[in-house]
Amino acid sequence: MLEIKNLHARVNPEEGADLAILKGVDLTVPAGEVHAVMGPNGCGKSTLSYVLAGHEGYETTDGAIRFEGEDIGELEPEERAARGLFLSFQYPVEIPGVPTLTFLKEAANAQRRARGEAEISAPDFMKLARENAAKLGISNDMLKRPVNVGFSGGEKKRMEIFQALMLAPRFLILDETDSGLDIDALKVVAEGVNALRNPERGMLVITHYQRLLDHLKPDVVHVMAGGRIVESGGPELAHKLEAEGYDKYAGEAA
Amino acid sequence: MPAVKETIEDVRRLEADKYKYGFSTEIEQEFAPKGLNEDIVRFISEKKNEPEWMLEWRLDAFRRWLKMDEPNWAKVGYPPIDYQDAYYYAAPKDAARYKSLDEVPEEILETYKKLGIPLREAEVLLGVEGAEDVTAAEARERPRVAVDAVFDSVSVATTFKAELEKAGVIFMSISEALHAHPELVRQYLGSVVPVTDNFFATLNSAVFSDGSFVYVPPGVRCPMELSTYFRMNAQGTGQFERTLIIADKGAYVSYLEGCTAPMRDENQLHAAVVELVALDDAEIKYSTVQNWWPGDAEGKGGVYNFVTKRADCRGRNSKVSWTQVETGSAITWKYPSCVLRGDNSQGEFYSIAVTNGRQQADTGTKMIHLGRNTRSRIIAKGISAGRSDQTYRGLVSVHAKAAGARNFTQCDSLLIGDQCGAHTVPYIEAKTPHATLEHEATTSKLSEDQLFYARQRGLDEETAVALLVNGFCRDVLQELPMEFAVEAQALLKVSLEGSVG
Repeated sequence: MLEIKNLHARVNPEEGADLAILKGVDLTVPAGEVHAVMGPNGCGKSTLSYVLAGHEGYETTDGAIRFEGEDIGELEPEERAARGLFLSFQYPVEIPGVPTLTFLKEAANAQRRARGEAEISAPDFMKLARENAAKLGISNDMLKRPVNVGFSGGEKKRMEIFQALMLAPRFLILDETDSGLDIDALKVVAEGVNALRNPERGMLVITHYQRLLDHLKPDVVHVMAGGRIVESGGPELAHKLEAEGYDKYAGEAA
Repeated sequence: MPAVKETIEDVRRLEADKYKYGFSTEIEQEFAPKGLNEDIVRFISEKKNEPEWMLEWRLDAFRRWLKMDEPNWAKVGYPPIDYQDAYYYAAPKDAARYKSLDEVPEEILETYKKLGIPLREAEVLLGVEGAEDVTAAEARERPRVAVDAVFDSVSVATTFKAELEKAGVIFMSISEALHAHPELVRQYLGSVVPVTDNFFATLNSAVFSDGSFVYVPPGVRCPMELSTYFRMNAQGTGQFERTLIIADKGAYVSYLEGCTAPMRDENQLHAAVVELVALDDAEIKYSTVQNWWPGDAEGKGGVYNFVTKRADCRGRNSKVSWTQVETGSAITWKYPSCVLRGDNSQGEFYSIAVTNGRQQADTGTKMIHLGRNTRSRIIAKGISAGRSDQTYRGLVSVHAKAAGARNFTQCDSLLIGDQCGAHTVPYIEAKTPHATLEHEATTSKLSEDQLFYARQRGLDEETAVALLVNGFCRDVLQELPMEFAVEAQALLKVSLEGSVG
């Protein structure tokens, strides 16, 4: 479903220093599978999620990103979104003055238009919003507020998953979704993510710790260091990392 | 590449087709001879068949104007204006007065239709005659707005007059009011903005052409929105409208002004005067959607919008609320103000000003607290893009007798790109210790993080910018009458098209 081949990327030179961050990432996530990417700080995990989503602050210098067989490396962020790529942000952004549901309805319909589908009606959208909010314990009051404004870190993460439920993407990238969550919130968020699992949908879960993975039970765990995937294995790899740390990969960062 | 490109080259040109209202109407028009002198003033007065006192008033203004200097304190720059190189009167031929819509030439009706103001349809669909063809539900769905259509120097039509008359509301062009209600015009004209108030207001007093007159009698709530639609069409012509609105004791009226002009290479001068008078317990809500031709991306052409708007909250418990959405004009010089004379009177100013390309705007408000327990509220949102420059300039003045006065001011500026400017110049003076004044100001840049976030959810860049800007302006947009809020949001989007790379 998602194939990343020999992906090299650097911070866009217009942004400052010529800094290579991804140095040949190879990763394939088939439909229906959940893959985790773990690694030490600064290994390029978050950059990978930004590059996949099409952030203009990074430049791809080599390699390819194929999504459902199509090379999406040159597409605009909104074109990737319309194809079903969803990024749950590590730091969700506040948008003052724009109500959450207005934002999501605009987004959902922009995606639908781009795919040549009919727009969702306001009543259908509201019904869906109420159902999904209930799953995540999100109150009506929270839905009425502007996007992410005045939410705690945990509430923001919960709203990211709510957005994913509303937009029903084909592929989810969760960037450190567990950071800032207490144990109860982690459970709620994990249940929301698990509800999104299905045989047609793939997921890439980027995390520093294994605790989210205890709830999500990934099919494959990859270790990223020095801008490349250096080891892949089953869920047991996450536990090994938790116990041993990332020290043994330190040499890769050079 | 960065989402918001920061260089001049990347600010896409404001293409001509983005200004939807740039067409001009081919119609035979009558002009005053070019230039400005006493004969021109007499010509205008004669064209309007005005009473002698009105002519004398104009001439007095003209003589005073000759001795005045153009103000230069605003933060705007433009080459000197040659006041002799313009026409001060232009009107469709034979148009001195169309008696009914049937006499208005098709070209003009067509013009307003293209501008989204279907004068004839409005009458037929909603007017008193022929209303039986329209179901009640249909009628409810359409906003009921009476329109005064001003085309260059004359008013060509006013709709719903008969129905308004039933409620006792007078809504007509000021030229007509001079004949129909001379005593009201004479009593109030110049009572809020004196003839010698400032250079442009004095010029207006000498050569004003047309505009709207509204009088709402005591205790009457005007049954529909009133609106005037100003259209500049003729080349090389200035527009000098004059609007006078009086809400008598306990009356209420909501009024909207819209303006557009064709794209012309030269600069056109628009120097209007608007006077509002609110007596005891009266309320006036005045909204403006200003979309004069802003000039092209390089700053060629565009309207000079030098306007004096002032409200006199003369009565106790009176209230005036100004709401403006300013997206057009090459240069804007405009400070809708409230003189809070009556005890417990209230003034409000809600403003959204958008500048793009080479536009310059120096705009704000003055709240003059004279009466006791007077309150004012100022919310100004400025959005600068391209190579434009924008200044909020405001005065909150509390006089010695205005004990218990309160003001709250909030000025927020949003910058798009790094070639534009935003400035805030608030003046605050209090001559009584018994006043409460609050001022908040913020300046922010449209954030790349917000843009990327919105685009990741599927919105294209322009929709994302429009959404973010709408969010930024939300507390002002909420103040607009429902039917115009939608139009204003669309206008914001069009005005900012091409503002990011």
